[in-house]
Amino acid sequence: MTTLDGNVLAGRLADTFGWDATAADARCATCGAHGPIAIAVVYATRMGVVARCGNCDGVLATFVEAADGRAWFGMPGISALEITRWTPESESPA
Amino acid sequence: MTSRRPATWHVATVVDSRNETPTARRIELDVPTWPGNDAGSHVDVRLTAPDGYQATRSYSIGSAGEGTRIVLAVDEVPEGEVSPFLVHELRAGDQLELHGPLGAFFVWTPPPPAPGETPRPVQLIAGGSGVVPLYAMAAAHAESGDATQFRLLYSVRTPEDVFFRDELTALTVAEPALRLDIVYTRRAPPDWPTPPARVTRDRLQAAALPAASRPRVYVCGPTPFVEAVAGWLIDAGHRPGDVRTERFGGS
Repeated sequence: MTTLDGNVLAGRLADTFGWDATAADARCATCGAHGPIAIAVVYATRMGVVARCGNCDGVLATFVEAADGRAWFGMPGISALEITRWTPESESPA
Repeated sequence: MTSRRPATWHVATVVDSRNETPTARRIELDVPTWPGNDAGSHVDVRLTAPDGYQATRSYSIGSAGEGTRIVLAVDEVPEGEVSPFLVHELRAGDQLELHGPLGAFFVWTPPPPAPGETPRPVQLIAGGSGVVPLYAMAAAHAESGDATQFRLLYSVRTPEDVFFRDELTALTVAEPALRLDIVYTRRAPPDWPTPPARVTRDRLQAAALPAASRPRVYVCGPTPFVEAVAGWLIDAGHRPGDVRTERFGGS
């Protein structure tokens, strides 16, 4: 098992949601701490990844990946996630 | 703070692959569909075995800006699933599947001009191959002519293990200049003023911008290195939001 951080989730998040949420603020449902997804503690195995809160170690999100291309995404421990809504005119986020 | 560049899957062709250090290769890729990338971003490289098994790993991009050529610098993890192939097997003309550009958090873009304000300085701190995205930031900074003060503290095992050696040296005399502080952890050049030793709290304090100058700090390296350095920075008074980190493990 490899210990990484939330930056490594960028590709999975982009594939799953269509946007890279690593800079988005997430609130831990367990302890209430919040911060960008990028600072979450991520444990990677061949099965997939688990993202945990750096403050309380609570599970924030899980990706389980099967060899046939299917994947299961769980978000049991994020009580709120920051979303920036884009308009055609917006060149860059604030 | 980052320009929006859609991340999608691309097919890249290897233009060049050569030794970067005794354990790493510099791989230049041509990606016709590439939208350009901000400094510090990464790609996910996906390899597919003949039996369909796929392995995906993230690699920082050592280049930035527009254009369809990107540079990776991949350090071999001997037991890894992906890096030994990239370091030993990949040749010019080979094709790779990659996803990117990725990473909205660990990126640097030139700050918008703010008349009358001095831009906050930037302190980069690298452990080993963690220098790759930080080199991209320093090069982009020099390229943009942005006047922000830039420093790089680079912890590396031996002189031969330095990534982008010539390019980093050139940046120290560019305008605006990068200040480069190298810490050799196992073997230093013969005339080096300090004996080889790991980065410690004291060495960090001596070679990094103080919290009082409110630098934006980017730290990239192996997980234990980043954990230690980030902890010392917070203890020294840097605000958590000012310290951006990227950790990597064996792959």
